[in-house]
Amino acid sequence: MPMDRRGALKVLAVAGASAAGVAALPRQAAAREAKTAPEGAVGMLYDSTLCIGCKACMGACRDANGLTYEDPEGMYYDPVDLSSRAKTVIKVYEDTDGKKYCFFKAQCMHCIDPACASACMLGAFSKREGGIVTWDGDRCVGCRYCEVACPFGVPKFEFDKSVPKMVKCEMCAHRLREGKLPACVEVCPRQAIIFGKRDALLAEARKRIADNPHQYFPKVYGETDGGGTQVLFLSPAGIPFDRVGLPDLGTRSVPDLPETVQHTLYAGFAAPVALYAMLAAAVRRNWKRGEGASGSTDGEAAP
Amino acid sequence: MSTLAHPRPRPLRRPLANPVTVFLAVVAAIGGALLAWRFVSGVGAVSHLNDGYPWGIWIAFDVVVGTALATGGYATAILVYVLNRGKYHPLVRSAMLTSALGYTLGAFGVVVDLGRFWNVWKIPLFISQWNTRSILLEVALCILLYMIVLWVEVSPAFLEGWKSSRRPRLAAFATAAEPKVRKALPWVIALGLLLPTMHQSSLGSLMLLAGQKVHPLWSTPLLPLLFLLSCVGMGYSVVVAESLLSTHAFGTRDETPMLAGLATPVVWTLFLYVWIRVIDVMARGRLALVLKGDWHSFLFLFELAAFLTPMLMLLNRGRRNDPGRLFRAAVMICFAGALYRFSTFLIAYNPGHGWRYFASFPEMMITAGLVSGEILTYVLAVNYFPILAGGPAAPRAHRRQPWARAS
Repeated sequence: MPMDRRGALKVLAVAGASAAGVAALPRQAAAREAKTAPEGAVGMLYDSTLCIGCKACMGACRDANGLTYEDPEGMYYDPVDLSSRAKTVIKVYEDTDGKKYCFFKAQCMHCIDPACASACMLGAFSKREGGIVTWDGDRCVGCRYCEVACPFGVPKFEFDKSVPKMVKCEMCAHRLREGKLPACVEVCPRQAIIFGKRDALLAEARKRIADNPHQYFPKVYGETDGGGTQVLFLSPAGIPFDRVGLPDLGTRSVPDLPETVQHTLYAGFAAPVALYAMLAAAVRRNWKRGEGASGSTDGEAAP
Repeated sequence: MSTLAHPRPRPLRRPLANPVTVFLAVVAAIGGALLAWRFVSGVGAVSHLNDGYPWGIWIAFDVVVGTALATGGYATAILVYVLNRGKYHPLVRSAMLTSALGYTLGAFGVVVDLGRFWNVWKIPLFISQWNTRSILLEVALCILLYMIVLWVEVSPAFLEGWKSSRRPRLAAFATAAEPKVRKALPWVIALGLLLPTMHQSSLGSLMLLAGQKVHPLWSTPLLPLLFLLSCVGMGYSVVVAESLLSTHAFGTRDETPMLAGLATPVVWTLFLYVWIRVIDVMARGRLALVLKGDWHSFLFLFELAAFLTPMLMLLNRGRRNDPGRLFRAAVMICFAGALYRFSTFLIAYNPGHGWRYFASFPEMMITAGLVSGEILTYVLAVNYFPILAGGPAAPRAHRRQPWARAS
């Protein structure tokens, strides 16, 4: 059956070409420029060595953001993890031998190149003033792709509501507009979490490590991790960041690979347009040959 | 092969009520009731979806597997209109109808899943808000547009039926519209070839953004290519399975010899898929994970076996003419492709932090209800409209539908 073989060769050629194209992608990776923090980027610095685990930040956050109490009687607020009712949570890490422990703060990292903003169809999550990642409900359809995308597991969805929202730390953008500090920063009795320009906070974090190298794990998390974040973390000596809920992401941002793949395939929309032109030409040619309004013959395909 | 003209498609016109259709109607009704509950009480009230597994079977099955099973129209169109195999033309209409129904089901699945569904109309219309970086936006727009394209592609069948309607206005509309649609059809068909190429591959790219949450044996920059190949294999197989089932269920002409011819592109597609999948794992130094012996390596090997078995079953050209063998192979390919896609989105997806997910009963019933509704619509459509080719002379004794009289 010569037709079969020819057809198969065509399929093979097309698939081979696309395989070659996709295989060439990693080398194209540099095509997408790494994002840098926007002008005037604000941020927060959390220093685990200063935190005493009083959780005052959690209550302040709840009140400042109108979050509802977890307990049905409204007596006690002690969420153990981020949820649609908790935008920040203080957790404790303890070594298996119980010798080392530290507190750490879970909250949105306000990435320089956020996966949630890359995922979002209408830009409900996007970097707005000061590089803060905020949520615009009018643009959100509730697809939850942001939750799939976020490497920190930050955005949370109100599964229990018929009119649900996406919930996550927005660095108290509403308070910043009024000239106030984020609620957790304002209430912290130890300045374990501070607010400022990202550049200044990064310099401060580096200085703290340099001044007390025995006290700190020798790295500022968020300086370059996952393409860099606007919330920075310091961990005590001997406790690497993956122990305190901050994954090892490398320096490449999460959206970098998928966007490089997609942007290479769809650069300038040229490939789809060219493909359409080829397909339309093929269909019209074959349409005239075989197809017709009144059924057709298979003369072309007969051996 | 015969060089005779193909028999024209015609409506089946059989009695509709039988145990199967009644069962499907009951399942669809239960699904519909649960659906109403979901919209009143929220996503969490009926499903086990959670912040760790924000996407469950409504996305992984209804959309990601469902639309791949609905690429029969795409796969046959490649064969008939790009590779110019006119002899497969009788398969086009029913394949397009199944595709249109499958994509409509996928779209329904999305709306069921969307937490803030009342904003969904903004996606196609609010162009100024489009986030062009969003892979999901491309998928959503493509699927929406392709759904419209598919209904245009099947519309001649409905227009033919309506031309002889007793309602003069409907008949006049159908008579006027049919030649216009036919004239535009080549351009629409070309669009119907482009769009699935785009979104079926992008469905794979979606999970690239999940990064480390997807197991390294499934997470690869080749996801778009593997998703495209898997859907083409599934598309042909669905056409084969559906046609053999129609022959069995409705007594239409046995199309086995023609279907056997589809085995060639199927075997090539499966071969390419397996080859690329294995080379990719080796080239990226992940072979150790395959040999690790944990359940991920088992799942990976099981998937490969699920692709290889039907491929080997169809290798021998002589045996392809056995309808039973053909049917079994087709069903296995659909299973293999579905498993691969389901794995990438759910089984090999792990958000960590102890999150777990297994679909709840109402969640599964909503999916079952949607699928039942889809099959029922197919049965209704082939009964009253000229979709299936080469059926036996339609029994004239049945009551005629006033709105769809056969010519």
